[in-house]
Amino acid sequence: MSLTKQFDYQRVRADFPILSTEVRGKPLTYLDSAATSQKPLSVIETIDQYYRLENSNIHRGVHYLSEQATDAYEVTRTKVANFIGTTDADEVVFVRGATEGINLIAQGFVESVFQPGDEILITHMEHHANIVPWQIAAQKTGAVLKVVPVDDQGVLDMDAFEALLTEKTRIVSVVHVSNALGTINPVKTIVEKAHALNVPVLVDGAQSAPHMPVSVRDLGCDFFVFSGHKVCGPTGIGVLWGKREWLERLPPYQSGGDMIEQVDFEGTTYKGIPGKFEAGTPHIEGVIGLGAALDYLTGLDREGALQHETALLDRATEQLSAIEGVRIIGTAPGKASVISFLMGDVHPHDIGTFLDADGVAVRAGHHCVQPLLKRFGVPATARASFAFYNDFDDVERLVEAVRKMKQFF
Amino acid sequence: MVNEELHELYQAVILDHNKRPRNYGAPDVYTHSAEGYNPLCGDKVSVFVTLEDGRIEKIGFESAACAICKASASMMTEALSGESMQAVEKTADKIRNLLLSETDASIDLESEGEWAALAGVRKFPARIKCALLPWQTLLNIKRRTSNFEH
Repeated sequence: MSLTKQFDYQRVRADFPILSTEVRGKPLTYLDSAATSQKPLSVIETIDQYYRLENSNIHRGVHYLSEQATDAYEVTRTKVANFIGTTDADEVVFVRGATEGINLIAQGFVESVFQPGDEILITHMEHHANIVPWQIAAQKTGAVLKVVPVDDQGVLDMDAFEALLTEKTRIVSVVHVSNALGTINPVKTIVEKAHALNVPVLVDGAQSAPHMPVSVRDLGCDFFVFSGHKVCGPTGIGVLWGKREWLERLPPYQSGGDMIEQVDFEGTTYKGIPGKFEAGTPHIEGVIGLGAALDYLTGLDREGALQHETALLDRATEQLSAIEGVRIIGTAPGKASVISFLMGDVHPHDIGTFLDADGVAVRAGHHCVQPLLKRFGVPATARASFAFYNDFDDVERLVEAVRKMKQFF
Repeated sequence: MVNEELHELYQAVILDHNKRPRNYGAPDVYTHSAEGYNPLCGDKVSVFVTLEDGRIEKIGFESAACAICKASASMMTEALSGESMQAVEKTADKIRNLLLSETDASIDLESEGEWAALAGVRKFPARIKCALLPWQTLLNIKRRTSNFEH
């Protein structure tokens, strides 16, 4: 037995039924995990079992099934808190995804924070989900949206960040890991500098939560959002984590059943956090499935998984770069396992279709980061993203398909 | 080896129009123009026409788009140069019918002209929009001009 144990990705692959399927007569080479991750059998079976044996509405039910479902729902809050390195389950709000988490905060700030002339600071590498809600918030309140520039490698200009961070700034909202470039942003430093001016920081963790162990305590941020479907869970469920004092200060998001304490025509009192943000029957199946996904991930050797992803990234970067005409967009040091690339003047859509014929699934298009791609002077890229369940054969099939394409066009 | 469906999609004529697009670039003078945009993928096409007595005297395009879209636009300019605006609608209908037809329905390339090479797109439903974008853009010009006439 060796002390330095390798991450056993072959065993992990067997946990994902879809990875042993074929598409177009070829073994599936799934390199689109940054768009959505595949699901392990344990998640699929948990959801199946929920509907077979446990289905019931949560809260307020006094019967057996309702108690079971409520427990499974609420225990997931604790799992989420642990997953992101904290303990207070009340600070975990279930939303539809990272997008809704950001919208909830943006809307809350519209109602209770922003004044004309206030500034909202985001970066040039934000996903549309972390641009548009703030644009709308600015339009509604007279606040001003400021953008931290990105250099040619895809690294944030931290000098510009410091210059743009002022006593007018009311929030900094920044992506942890860029979905298009793979850049890992220095969020901890950003938080320290923002907090020095009493400015709260929202971290968009849609791409970091699946990729690396995250601790909101260590980051020091005020809000953290991520999506369930990118961490091996179901679609339609996500998490907004916020510091208690902030969540208590912000008004309810949607309203109706389950978020109230008492309703009277003369006036209504709301539940405390997190209940006041969760109106209506929630996505119970999604939450329970997310719980199973987090159980699965925390049961893995996550450091080993991260090293494996990095090894895949390095191999793919080296081999793709060796093909004449391939240009990689996003070359930040120490980036996450995402490669955005172009091949000569072949349009990314044609790349996508061509690779798909060989069973290689990549994403082609603007990746919901149009301002960022504009900054790099391209309307679209092809993007291969690697998860811990990919292997070196996947890299080889990608590289082979790109070589073949080069000869064709 | 590249599979048969890919070969059908990227036929020589499509690759040729992609590499050497005809009537490419914004002319100095034109009477009408329109921009077509596919928000799903970011493909963009601009079509420029000079209309004289309801006929397309000159037609050109510019694009930031995939091979299918660019080739489709290029073939469109060749097919419609000198044609009446009525012919635009007729040919656009033919293209739409072709792209939405059963994948095994046969196409008479001889009688239909080069653009029938787009038939290979039928097996790639995600790409049909790419092929149609230039035609829809041109139809927008037609709709605007007929509004003027009424």
